[in-house]
Amino acid sequence: MSTYLDGNAAAGALREVFAVDITSASARCGGCGQTGVFAEVRLYVDAPGLVARCPGCDAVLMRVVKTDTDTYLDLQGLSYLKLPNG
Amino acid sequence: MAGTALRGRLTWRVATVSAVREETQTARTLVLDVPDWPGHLAGQHVDVRLTAPDGYRAMRSYSIASAWPSSPAGGAKVDLTVEQVPDGEVSPYLGQVIGVGDPLEIRGPVGGWFVWRPEQPGPIQLIGGGSGMVPLMAILRAAELAGRQPDVRLLYSVRRPESVLYAGELARSKSEIAFAYTREGPAGERIGRIDAEVLARSAWSPDVGATVYVCGPTPFVETVADLLVAAGHDPAQVRTERFGPSGGGR
Repeated sequence: MSTYLDGNAAAGALREVFAVDITSASARCGGCGQTGVFAEVRLYVDAPGLVARCPGCDAVLMRVVKTDTDTYLDLQGLSYLKLPNG
Repeated sequence: MAGTALRGRLTWRVATVSAVREETQTARTLVLDVPDWPGHLAGQHVDVRLTAPDGYRAMRSYSIASAWPSSPAGGAKVDLTVEQVPDGEVSPYLGQVIGVGDPLEIRGPVGGWFVWRPEQPGPIQLIGGGSGMVPLMAILRAAELAGRQPDVRLLYSVRRPESVLYAGELARSKSEIAFAYTREGPAGERIGRIDAEVLARSAWSPDVGATVYVCGPTPFVETVADLLVAAGHDPAQVRTERFGPSGGGR
């Protein structure tokens, strides 16, 4: 089994893309509907890029891949991210 | 401060190592001077980037061990404690080579979930495994600076006494601290991992509504989180952070 970390470890990479801290946001899995803080997702960092998976059903929630020129952000597995205003 | 630390574009800064403290045989703390550091919350981390002469880059996350301010006098230090990982790509350089006066590229602070804020009411339960102690030390220090010692309990799982990080400071601390030695310990001490009995004896009882911070290797974190929930702690009050020696680990 591949080892994983959690969403906390993606905080820096995500702050390059988003102006706010995504790790404290609520995330809902588009697969099983489980909702939780993004910091608690399973994060695989040994892939080419970052892969975040649902702690409930293991579905891929998010992928972040950086090349020399661009950052690809795939949020297909999330039905939403809920961020506090302000 | 919290707002500024969590908003705006993240940029790489060049910090300078101002001091090095040996913590254990395999861990040391780098004390960094960081120009224009916006401050940080206890529990946050930074990303560290190393660039080889041929342009190859490696990046890792390291938890900040110091509170902000880092002393009653308003000290301004960013401490990173680096545990050597066998065959590591980054930790051998940080753990053996880098010295006082050397530059280090960092960005941060990052992370807004595994943090303690002084305005947060209620008891604080810290449970650390191995180098998972690092961000918990920042919380312990911040809570003590805020005069919140009575609220803090720490349960620290570690292989043996000589592996304890910040041993001198913990010995002087007025917070309630318990150790779980997993390989060797002082004569008469129980040797073994944290289990339900250790938790019941050393941690805040579930009915006091403590915010619980658990940090360590992934299996440790998951075992302890399950034990906490089984003991009756509110899962919404349990915050976890997994450390790992893999690509993005600490």
